[in-house]
Amino acid sequence: MSHEHRLRFKTFVMVLLMVVCSNAGDLMLARGAKQIGDVKISLPGLQHALWMTIQNASIWIGICFLIGFTLCYMTAVSWADYSFVMPAGAFGYAIQTMLAIVVLHEVVSPKRWIGVLLICFGVLLVGQTKPNTTNVAVLPS
Amino acid sequence: MTAHRGVIPMLIFFVLCNTLGEIAMSYGMKRVGEPQSFRPMALLRFVWAAAKNRWLWLAIPMLAASFYSLLILFSWEKLSVVIPASASNFVVGTVFAKYLLKEDVSIKRWLGVLCVAVGVLIVLRSGGH
Repeated sequence: MSHEHRLRFKTFVMVLLMVVCSNAGDLMLARGAKQIGDVKISLPGLQHALWMTIQNASIWIGICFLIGFTLCYMTAVSWADYSFVMPAGAFGYAIQTMLAIVVLHEVVSPKRWIGVLLICFGVLLVGQTKPNTTNVAVLPS
Repeated sequence: MTAHRGVIPMLIFFVLCNTLGEIAMSYGMKRVGEPQSFRPMALLRFVWAAAKNRWLWLAIPMLAASFYSLLILFSWEKLSVVIPASASNFVVGTVFAKYLLKEDVSIKRWLGVLCVAVGVLIVLRSGGH
């Protein structure tokens, strides 16, 4: 296998892992939050929700997946171009909506799908622009 | 519109905490610089330099507040609403990057941000529970 093929293959694997970790993380967080129930915005309500959050296994699994996502993302951008890795983030919104339908049995209207697809397109456009436009040396402390 | 009346204010709180937290983190990390190597001593020096940076100490509580507000949003609203709506980070982030960090924002990026903003509005108006 040539160097370019190897690079392409490991980037593909890392992007795939990023998508899996990010979607599974958000899915587990959403499941955990639904198990806790509606959070009341008051001091006792927030304290109770915090205590329930700490005890909730789904939320801890979600956090582990999101840590995995961060590690995969940092690894991927260390060798691949940001503009190559970025589209995975854009399609994440569509994948997440699909997962909400399949796993959480949510009903998604055509109007919401149009919104989601517009967001994917927008994020894709943002990702195609130059990732760095500033000179780090001129930043004040 | 969304089912819980607190969704929009909580979404605004989430986006502001997340964006300001990420900007402070990015600003702090650019001041700290990258690790000189991946040897244990170089990494320790890097962590120590990061720990002394006041921008990171501003970023951490803001990112923690944004994470907790995301959990509250999940408890109130559907996943298929919360995740797309959280893309409004791109809108607020670009405005802050332009005016706080003085970054050059191209027409193409503004166009992308506009698409995201319209998409988020459509998702939020597509009904709640």
